[in-house]
Amino acid sequence: MNFLDFEKPIAELEGKIEELRHLANGGDLNIAEEVAKLQGKVDKLMRATYGKLTPWQKTQVARHPDRPHGLDYIDGLIDEFMPLAGDRAFADDKAIIGGLGRFRGRSVVAIAQEKGRDTDSRIRHNFGMAKPEGYRKAQRLMSLADRFGLPLLTFIDTAGAYPGIDAEARGQAEAIARAIEAGLDLRVPFVATVIGEGGSGGAIALATGNAVLMLEHAIYSVISPEGCASILWRSGDQAKEAAEALKLTAQDLHRLGVIDAIVPEPLGGAHRGPAQTIGAVGDAIARALDGLEGVEGGLLRAKRREKFLEMGRAAGA
Amino acid sequence: MNWLANLVRPKIQKWVRPKDVPDHLWNKCPACANMIFHRDLEKNLFVCQHCGHHLKLAIKDRFAMLFDDGLFQKIELPKAPADPLRFRDLKRYGDRLKEAQNRTGEADAIQVAHGKMGGIGVVIAAFDFHFLGGSMGVAVGEGLVAAAELAVLQDAPLIVVPASGGARMQEGILSLMQMARSTVAVGRVKEKGLPYIVLLTDPTTGGVTASFAMLGDIALAEPGAVIGFAGARVIENTIREKLPEGFQRSEYLEEHGMVDMVVHRHELRATLIRLLGLLRNPKPAGDLLRLPGADVKAAR
Ligand SMILES: [Zn+2]
Repeated sequence: MNFLDFEKPIAELEGKIEELRHLANGGDLNIAEEVAKLQGKVDKLMRATYGKLTPWQKTQVARHPDRPHGLDYIDGLIDEFMPLAGDRAFADDKAIIGGLGRFRGRSVVAIAQEKGRDTDSRIRHNFGMAKPEGYRKAQRLMSLADRFGLPLLTFIDTAGAYPGIDAEARGQAEAIARAIEAGLDLRVPFVATVIGEGGSGGAIALATGNAVLMLEHAIYSVISPEGCASILWRSGDQAKEAAEALKLTAQDLHRLGVIDAIVPEPLGGAHRGPAQTIGAVGDAIARALDGLEGVEGGLLRAKRREKFLEMGRAAGA
Repeated sequence: MNWLANLVRPKIQKWVRPKDVPDHLWNKCPACANMIFHRDLEKNLFVCQHCGHHLKLAIKDRFAMLFDDGLFQKIELPKAPADPLRFRDLKRYGDRLKEAQNRTGEADAIQVAHGKMGGIGVVIAAFDFHFLGGSMGVAVGEGLVAAAELAVLQDAPLIVVPASGGARMQEGILSLMQMARSTVAVGRVKEKGLPYIVLLTDPTTGGVTASFAMLGDIALAEPGAVIGFAGARVIENTIREKLPEGFQRSEYLEEHGMVDMVVHRHELRATLIRLLGLLRNPKPAGDLLRLPGADVKAAR
């Protein structure tokens, strides 16, 4: 288990428990009692810590290396998954994985951003930072969903679209813009879930859903706290303040009317209960789909567009 | 649509050079550092006569330069919530906003006007880079929605002239949402079969480029404008490489197939009018129509 800075007291207690268990090794009742006592303390501490995570702490949880990633959701929720590769123009971008599959019985198109987990897979998935070919692959899969009347499910987890010479040369901005346009244009149910980090244009490119869900400790922002701090505070050290100011938590976004529902995470964050988290996301998606299936395609499209056309209009009123 | 009832200011405006700009004022070209008489610069549509650099243009100059006889009607934009997040960095966003409003006399970074170009009715939405870097927050989104609605209402083409560093960070996620919002807005114009033309000017970057600005039926760019998604510094820090000469400039985008043409400011109005004419008047002009009888005779 990787521990975050603010989890230090929890880590210490869990370390102690581990030690005691090691010592006991048999059936020493006194030690068992001590372990139970300590475990109670851990639970209490965890509840206290995770009950009031600051935006900056949530940012760290959202980026936790053990947090379930895009491919984990595809593995856990999509049966018979058939990955489909390539943008038919330049390359296959593995920062975005997508394809056909079955979600709780119904055929869907699923698209997930994947950051990778170890050095090899991180490089393969380019740390979850897609290039134009990734967004163009997404556009292609969106039109596939549209053509066959299949719901679209997206799983968002990216620090942002890749900032590089090649990405700019191939039209990163245009690729994102067209993905936004394609998502808004669909005549099928579209449910987007922010599972970790919703980083700027690279995230909204896949998040123009009829329903936008967000995990309890996920973040979604116009710019990373570090980027914002380096521009507005002229120092990356103020990321904590920037995270506060940006209002990037699921709770803030729900208040602002930008997302439709928050999916609760297990105590201690998604990384402490990946299966439970993925199941909860599945349930939330199923609920959202229930409300969208059977709605006429043109109406689905119109309602989605109406929703995004209103974004910000009522804020602060 | 209720805002449309009172959005059109009653008087047609014609821009007159303010008297407070003295004739002897000098400007320094930011590209070649030559000094230019303000009067000469203005006559030359703010293009440096020494090096051809296209200086940033105030919205009123842009409108005056594009519309027939410099005549246009600005529309009053719906009010947007100011500082929806109560954002504060080293300064309050509310104060930055007020300061920009006082300095420019405008509510935000976008203005919308309608008028004629080559006799064809058009709606133009233009950005002011000097208003908080032309950044796109809710008010700019509101301006784009209003411009699109007006274009649909008047059955007129929409021309958008961005000059923007991207999303307005101080409006957080709401500024990000303007990317989707503006996409829906210009989509309405396109759905009606009306031309949507984007004129990319210096600079057009970030969330503005990655939404409505790259969705034009036709994309024109002024020479030498910086146009891209990621900022040059961010890219340099990521790849730890020096960027190639001319990277993210209009000509680079043209070469990479991202814009239709790079047009000198002197040719801009004529180019737009020709495009509008081709798209809006597709049939041959009346005096070129031959009578069917004449055709038959000619065939014999
Ligand atoms: Zn010059």
